[in-house]
Amino acid sequence: MPFQVVVLWTDWLVYLLVLVIVATTVYVRGKEHLRAPWRRVAQSRSGMVGLAVLLVFVVAGLLDSVHFRPRLQSGDPNAKVAYSIEVLSVLDLVLAPLRARREKTYSAPLATRLYAKETIELPDGSQAREFPRLKYGGAQLEDPERDRDGDIARAALGGVAGGAAVWLLFGLLIAAMVARGSGVHIKHAWNQLWRGDTEVPWHAILLTLLVFCVLGGATIALAAKYHVFGTDKVGQDVLYQALKSIRTALVIGTLTTLVMLPFALALGIAAGYFGGWIDDAIQYVYTTLNSIPGVLLIAAAVLMMQVYIDGHPELFPTAAQRADLRLLFLCIILGVTSWTGLCRLLRGEALKLKELEYIQAAHAFGVRHHRIISRHILPNVMYIVLITVVMEFSGLVLAEAVLSYVGVGVDPSMHSFGTMINNARLEMAREPMVWWSLSAAFVFMVTLVLAANLFADAVRDAFDPRVRMISALTAKTRRREGAKVSQSANP
Amino acid sequence: MTAYILRRLLYAVPILLGVNVITFALFFLVNTPDDMARMQLGAKRVTPEAIAKWKQERGYDKPLLYNAGAAGAGKITHTIFFEKSLRMFVFDFGRADDGRDIAREIRLRMGPSLAVAVPAFFVGLLIYITFALGFAFFRATYIDFWGVVICVAAMSISSMFYIIGGQYLIGKLWHLVPISGFSGGLDALRFILLPAAIGVIGGFGASTRMYRTFFLEEISKDYVRTARAKGLSEVTVLFRHVLKNAMIPILTGVVVAIPFLFIGGLITESFFGIPGLGSYTIDAINSQDFAVVRSMVFIGSLLYIVGLLLTDISYTLVDPRVRLA
Repeated sequence: MPFQVVVLWTDWLVYLLVLVIVATTVYVRGKEHLRAPWRRVAQSRSGMVGLAVLLVFVVAGLLDSVHFRPRLQSGDPNAKVAYSIEVLSVLDLVLAPLRARREKTYSAPLATRLYAKETIELPDGSQAREFPRLKYGGAQLEDPERDRDGDIARAALGGVAGGAAVWLLFGLLIAAMVARGSGVHIKHAWNQLWRGDTEVPWHAILLTLLVFCVLGGATIALAAKYHVFGTDKVGQDVLYQALKSIRTALVIGTLTTLVMLPFALALGIAAGYFGGWIDDAIQYVYTTLNSIPGVLLIAAAVLMMQVYIDGHPELFPTAAQRADLRLLFLCIILGVTSWTGLCRLLRGEALKLKELEYIQAAHAFGVRHHRIISRHILPNVMYIVLITVVMEFSGLVLAEAVLSYVGVGVDPSMHSFGTMINNARLEMAREPMVWWSLSAAFVFMVTLVLAANLFADAVRDAFDPRVRMISALTAKTRRREGAKVSQSANP
Repeated sequence: MTAYILRRLLYAVPILLGVNVITFALFFLVNTPDDMARMQLGAKRVTPEAIAKWKQERGYDKPLLYNAGAAGAGKITHTIFFEKSLRMFVFDFGRADDGRDIAREIRLRMGPSLAVAVPAFFVGLLIYITFALGFAFFRATYIDFWGVVICVAAMSISSMFYIIGGQYLIGKLWHLVPISGFSGGLDALRFILLPAAIGVIGGFGASTRMYRTFFLEEISKDYVRTARAKGLSEVTVLFRHVLKNAMIPILTGVVVAIPFLFIGGLITESFFGIPGLGSYTIDAINSQDFAVVRSMVFIGSLLYIVGLLLTDISYTLVDPRVRLA
């Protein structure tokens, strides 16, 4: 085989998460009462726009979650098969040109020359200090000062046209789907999409996709010849770094809640349902954990983890595996510091539920505890779990950046928005300023977190009965006052 | 009341003990002092003698829990657990790696932390509540809609971008205030202004949106309808009835944070070079000064427990339905 598949710890968990989501989808599809709130989510315009953006990020993250080690080329066919110590992902394959084209040091976005002056030898033997040409960025141009702008405009226009074509394909696909769903002719469905009077706000989703396709197309076209977001200190393409950071952000945002979920569920429900000394003990545990400031507990734990990793180098054959274990550990410790909130919510809900008549009746019939919990309590607290999972996501993505800045985040060798910001921060004092790394991290992070926030709000609006009451209040007054405001935008 | 507070204070003891046991386990059981010494000394200089010397300098050369070699009470007291963990209860934190007394350092650094955090806290609270009440007043109009949009956008931006952006714009481009640093006396004002302002702006989105929800929740209740029905103007309803009642959920989140003003913002302080407890902690983490990190964990937990107590007491002050028993 030309490669050796490597499944990192977080990869397993990512696959597990995908499996859980697929299984849940299949299960929910068959149950009308479970589909109803999801249908409300699907009707929320901002929520679906957020979901569309999230899906684009998720695709990048999933591609980046399939790892392998390429085989080392050797001239001797009888030689023992050896694999590179570098662990690559499918995303790396897609972005191979970006990864390979390293410049010497900083260069501005779309630049053709390096950021710093260097002494270079002129053809006639004399020396001069000037900005040397980049090895790859705009290397095809003969006279960059003259041809660059035109070339960029041409490439960008071509990319925009390509993106628009892809987008049209998406539009037709969705129109066909709508047509099949409602049994109308595709032309009619297309008109409906265009006017925006479908139940699911496809209109808004298509507009979002248009923005993505056009920007994406232009970026792809330009990235073939230039460094769209410039290069960093060691000359690596910043766009590549930003794309690689997506997986780290997604893993932290999702796996953290996934690993803490079993504990929070078991302990929270046990505390609320059984009460008595069990309740006291569990409350003591989470009050104690909660009273340690999160950052400090994480810092202490990660420092200790680092000591362990440094002390046992033999356990980690590649640097990627070491970085991955640290990422997983960070997820776990972030989970430990954040499960208390969910635990308390679940305890309160279980406390309320167990007094209800139908559970009292179940008791009277002699139904066993574990059966009451699994049949009656668990399904009724799942909405809290779901809301917590989606609401926590954006906070965790933001927390990663802060932790990496403090030095207790992901491994410094791992791409993440935090490490990007941290490295770029030191360059703010330079003159002229190196602003592009920071801007790239900013753009990617804000897009991701904003999309997650919008989607989370839509989910909470649909599932939380308390919030539903409030949005009903604003919706009613809105109708009365005749203001045409999207309902979903009001959490 | 006094009995209640006393009981709550007693209840804090097992929690602090738990925190102590957790940190002790983390720092001394998961990794032995030998591991720490190896990490601190670096791979090149590790020799058994160097490790022994490192441990002796810091008092880590004793048994963990039980000293069989000592006499009498020394069996318990001449151990790492007693000297390093239990001594914290009397605020004896020992020395940092640079030889300074941690307790003294903490006392010195409290001032700058408070100077930045307190104004940011109160000004922020005032601004968030004002805006949230405004949005609730203009609910279901374009003002409210765009207000929420701005809040959601603002809370999607990492606090580090606010700091970096603020430093660049105000400090570097406009030269209004120094980018970072600190000094005593009235001069400190120049250094406090920017971090405090950024602290307020950074928290705007999340807090304003949350308070708006609290207000809307109150507005949907029956007593508000009654108030309107008896002819009160909307402004009177909001200020006299809704604001007062919505203060209860707002207090829950706010009061518990008050003790943490002592520590200040970790990130803010280290970006702005303010010699407070926040930057002290960050420096300790970066230089892997375990003694300081342990002390800050203890202080943090203590402050949290004080915050919980303050929250309960403040409830009785604002909500006559709550009786402490």
